[in-house]
Amino acid sequence: MDFLGIFNSSISFIIAPTTIAYALATLGLALHFGFGGLLNMGMAGFMALGAYGYAIGILSFGLPWYFAAFVGIAASIVFALILGIPTLRLRGDYLAIVTIAAAEIVRLVLLSSAFGGLTGSADGLSGFNGPGGTVTNPTVGAGGFNDSNPIPPGEYGFVPFLDNERTWYLRIVGIIILGLAIFVVWRLVNSPWGRVIKGIREDEDAVRSLGKNVFAYKMQALIIGGVLGALGGLMLAFSTNVNSSVYVTSLTFFLWTALLLGGAATVFGPLAGSIIFWVLQAFLGLVFPALAEAGLMPFTTIQAAQIKYIIVGFALVLLVVFRPQGIFGNKKELTFVK
Amino acid sequence: MRTMSTMRRKASRLASAVGAFVLAFGVLGLASPAQADVVNPEMPFKISGNVQNKGEPIAGVTINFAGGGGFAATVVTDADGKFTAGVPEKLADYTVTVDETTLPDGIAVIDNPATEFIEANVQTVTVGPGGRVTMNFFIGQGERHVTSMFDQVVQRLISGLNFGLMLALASVGLSLIYGTTGISNFAHAELVTFGAIATFGLVAVMGEGLLWLAIPIALVLSGVLGWGVDAALWAPLRRRGMGLVQLMIVSIGLSLGIRYTYQFFIGGKTEQLPGSGAERFNLFGSVSLSIIDIVSMGVSVLIIIVFAWWLSASKIGKATRAISDNPSLAASSGIDVDGVVRIVWIIGSVLAGFSGILWAYFRPGIRWDMGGQILLLIFAATTLGGLGTAYGALVGSLIVGILVEGSSLFIPSDLKYVGALVVLIGILLFRPQGILGRKERVG
Amino acid sequence: MSSNGSSSSPVKSTGLHVGAIKPGVAKKDPILVADGVRRQFGGLVAVDVAHVEIPRNAITALIGPNGAGKTTFFNLLTGFDQPNEGSWSFNGKSLAKISAFKVARMGLIRTFQLTKALGLLTVMDNMKLGSTDQNGENLRASLFPFLWKKKEGEIEAKALEILTRFKLDTKRDDFAASLSGGQRKLLEMARALMTNPELVMLDEPMAGVNPALTQSLLDHILNLKKEGMTVLFVEHDMQMVRHIADWVIVMAEGKVVAEGAPDEVMKNPAVIDAYLGSHQDIDLGAVTGRITLPKIPKEK
Ligand SMILES: Nc1ncnc2c1ncn2[C@@H]1O[C@H](COP(=O)(O)OP(=O)(O)OP(=O)(O)O)[C@@H](O)[C@H]1O
Ligand SMILES: [Mg+2]
Repeated sequence: MDFLGIFNSSISFIIAPTTIAYALATLGLALHFGFGGLLNMGMAGFMALGAYGYAIGILSFGLPWYFAAFVGIAASIVFALILGIPTLRLRGDYLAIVTIAAAEIVRLVLLSSAFGGLTGSADGLSGFNGPGGTVTNPTVGAGGFNDSNPIPPGEYGFVPFLDNERTWYLRIVGIIILGLAIFVVWRLVNSPWGRVIKGIREDEDAVRSLGKNVFAYKMQALIIGGVLGALGGLMLAFSTNVNSSVYVTSLTFFLWTALLLGGAATVFGPLAGSIIFWVLQAFLGLVFPALAEAGLMPFTTIQAAQIKYIIVGFALVLLVVFRPQGIFGNKKELTFVK
Repeated sequence: MRTMSTMRRKASRLASAVGAFVLAFGVLGLASPAQADVVNPEMPFKISGNVQNKGEPIAGVTINFAGGGGFAATVVTDADGKFTAGVPEKLADYTVTVDETTLPDGIAVIDNPATEFIEANVQTVTVGPGGRVTMNFFIGQGERHVTSMFDQVVQRLISGLNFGLMLALASVGLSLIYGTTGISNFAHAELVTFGAIATFGLVAVMGEGLLWLAIPIALVLSGVLGWGVDAALWAPLRRRGMGLVQLMIVSIGLSLGIRYTYQFFIGGKTEQLPGSGAERFNLFGSVSLSIIDIVSMGVSVLIIIVFAWWLSASKIGKATRAISDNPSLAASSGIDVDGVVRIVWIIGSVLAGFSGILWAYFRPGIRWDMGGQILLLIFAATTLGGLGTAYGALVGSLIVGILVEGSSLFIPSDLKYVGALVVLIGILLFRPQGILGRKERVG
Repeated sequence: MSSNGSSSSPVKSTGLHVGAIKPGVAKKDPILVADGVRRQFGGLVAVDVAHVEIPRNAITALIGPNGAGKTTFFNLLTGFDQPNEGSWSFNGKSLAKISAFKVARMGLIRTFQLTKALGLLTVMDNMKLGSTDQNGENLRASLFPFLWKKKEGEIEAKALEILTRFKLDTKRDDFAASLSGGQRKLLEMARALMTNPELVMLDEPMAGVNPALTQSLLDHILNLKKEGMTVLFVEHDMQMVRHIADWVIVMAEGKVVAEGAPDEVMKNPAVIDAYLGSHQDIDLGAVTGRITLPKIPKEK
């Protein structure tokens, strides 16, 4: 068994594009739930819109990739508006069900063969990032994201972060976006605006009675968090094909796991949670099959590969029961949480 | 729209072509769809479709593709009449030809440009910017119109009722649990799956002949599971006074954990319960039902009546409603809240387990994530009726069931869940408290 | 500030009404006028107020037995609930169909019977939320601290001053959730004052506040009047109503059944009827007075 290999692959997830994508979306959830008290269970929908908006913008409308990225972001804003207008008046648990339903609507529509020409239905879309990506056809998506890479071809870095110029470019772009996003969220939640949002989380009627337009604040939070989700989706689309089977309800649940790992009402928790989530996922996903293969576990390798999901599920239970404030959260706050 | 009418013919066979495909993806979507025969899978763009005669798939038909740059490919349709070919370019035209000699005897592709259906055996198709195009050959189209609109509506209504009753079994339990404990139990999906898997396991051990015995035993096991989860997890959390959001997230974790545990043991494949392929017989026109449908609806109605009686007349049923109404008042008036909640968990799990068995026949098939596939519809039904009101959940389920099945008359059947979910959001827009729910007071 | 002649009787405003005293009597200078406001819950008519006027710059008490519809009336007036019919106006401006936050911005602030302290915010943050002119609450401005930092300082100073008056200054950095029930009532009232309201509507401000503190709370309310505000408050304790109210409005079963100066209104047979039903031999003050128990247990 190649322990060093498993260890290195797991560690490489610290700055993997997927981890950064999760961190962005989880940061959006933190703004929604941790600071604003909005029980958004449909983050996968926001991510899907970001990714598909981008891909469709390039493939169907021939936009340059940077404009297409704005299409993805705009799609998530429109989604937030459509979702927010009816649901922000609802009680929290209703909001959860409506958002989860809305995200499923998005996924089913993207999957439906009715719009296959645009969305590629079950096959999803590919080849929008330009040469050097996953496509065999060099004419599609020329001048795409990959072409904007200023790094000369080659391998850079050191094990476990030894990668080609494309992966490094993705990471650098991702880290810049994430850094900006964290800065903006940090600014927001430590401002008077953030105070209002936190007040709404505690009791929106009280905040309303003080003359704040609660609906507008919730909508702003929903949109900003949704845009962060779309940025996460964009990040995924920069790195690989888009497919509706990625943007499922479980994705939202995994984001919640990452959020609660790090701490819901924190700015750096989402990043920490995403890193832990992915490093562990990668590690467990490799170590169990390896153990099974070596005959050290009485399962097939396929079964062994499932164990990580079982662990995620029960870990989420244990986390909420025993450390609900997450790793970065403030224990003091919880003394009062009912 | 027109191509969907072939689906309609297959009426309540829920898991017909596209349906099966959506369901296979399910909420988790980790499994791959039913595979059509594929040529050139490595090429980036796709032409796919199916060949049908009077709505029946034709297997073994040869289809030829030709395109610019000397591209040529040949594919043979699979058992579902489907084919898929990878092609090298998009925004390009391809010629698709059905080899008429491979069609069954006596069937020919009729070149009829008067209809909008693709009936000529040589067609030109353009692969659009999405890089994907669907190309169907429906042979002998004319006969499809035999199914009258009336028959279709009746068939959909029956199907919807059947589906709705099945949902109701799951959603009244969910609603009771919500009403008495405040938990939005996402793991309810796993209770649904459990009923089906337990039945399947018991049948495997005891033999198909003992299905009648396997079902009650599976339901007892469901009840034991419900009791066990309450005793091991929910009761202690209740005593700690954990918040509702936290409880909801615990249930999400539990749902993921149990769901993948199922997958761990039964793998990704679909299994069938005995009798799931039962013969359908015609009622009238083209409306048909299977014996399973009839038994399933009959038993659901019976169970719901017994449940309603229990809820309205029995001592514990009344206590349950009292707790849903006002937990602290109920507790202070001497009701054993913990005891009642325990019973609610057991009953809710048994009902969910039973609905899982019915769902296994309705889909048809048993999968590790089958409960997850309808979880959202169960939630939609519960919410629609008003969270925490059992009768509301019943009404909501019937609405959702009929809506889901009925909507495929008007929209592509792979979007039929979408219709129900849109209506859910729409209704909450006008009645945020659900149909039978009550508004909360401020201040 | 809390001791300007509190032990002696406060100065009562008189001559507030015009014409003979009756339910719905016109006031010389009404700040709030409600007309035909009705709210039904299913078959129950919770509020059915034909006409009522609240006098400006005076302390008005709204009393009535449990379930009389006082809280519901508050909710309706402040936009937290919508009536089936009726109109009402504040400073001459109609408030029907105006959302709650806009009502609050017009200077009509209310507190809640079930206290709404924002538990996981500090006491100071609770107070700061009350300020009305913090530009930094605007999304765009919030990103640029230099736009709002200065104002934040002013708000903090004002908050501290009010907190000191309410003896909560030592708690400024604690979570509101850690306060006692009575302290939360105080905080809610203090927070309401941060908005510089014209009319303060307090729903049972004294409930759950210990007798020693009630005295200073009463002083605060009297001070509000001195500062030019109008106060409308709900209270079950007649001693207190008698002590500070300039005017009393009595509700029963959703209707305004009597109005008048505190001492007169207690003698009104309609009031005695509303409160006591058949036990009319008992003195009303004795029944509802706080010290001379027994007190009627509260709902909820
Ligand atoms: N949201 C609601 N739904 C149904 N009934 C309600 C609602 N809100 C209030 N009620 C009813 O309206 C009536 C008036 O209630 P309200 O809270 O206004 O009384 P109150 O005068 O404030 O009583 P208390 O002195 O006990 O606070 C009560 O009978 C109450 O049960
Ligand atoms: Mg009240």
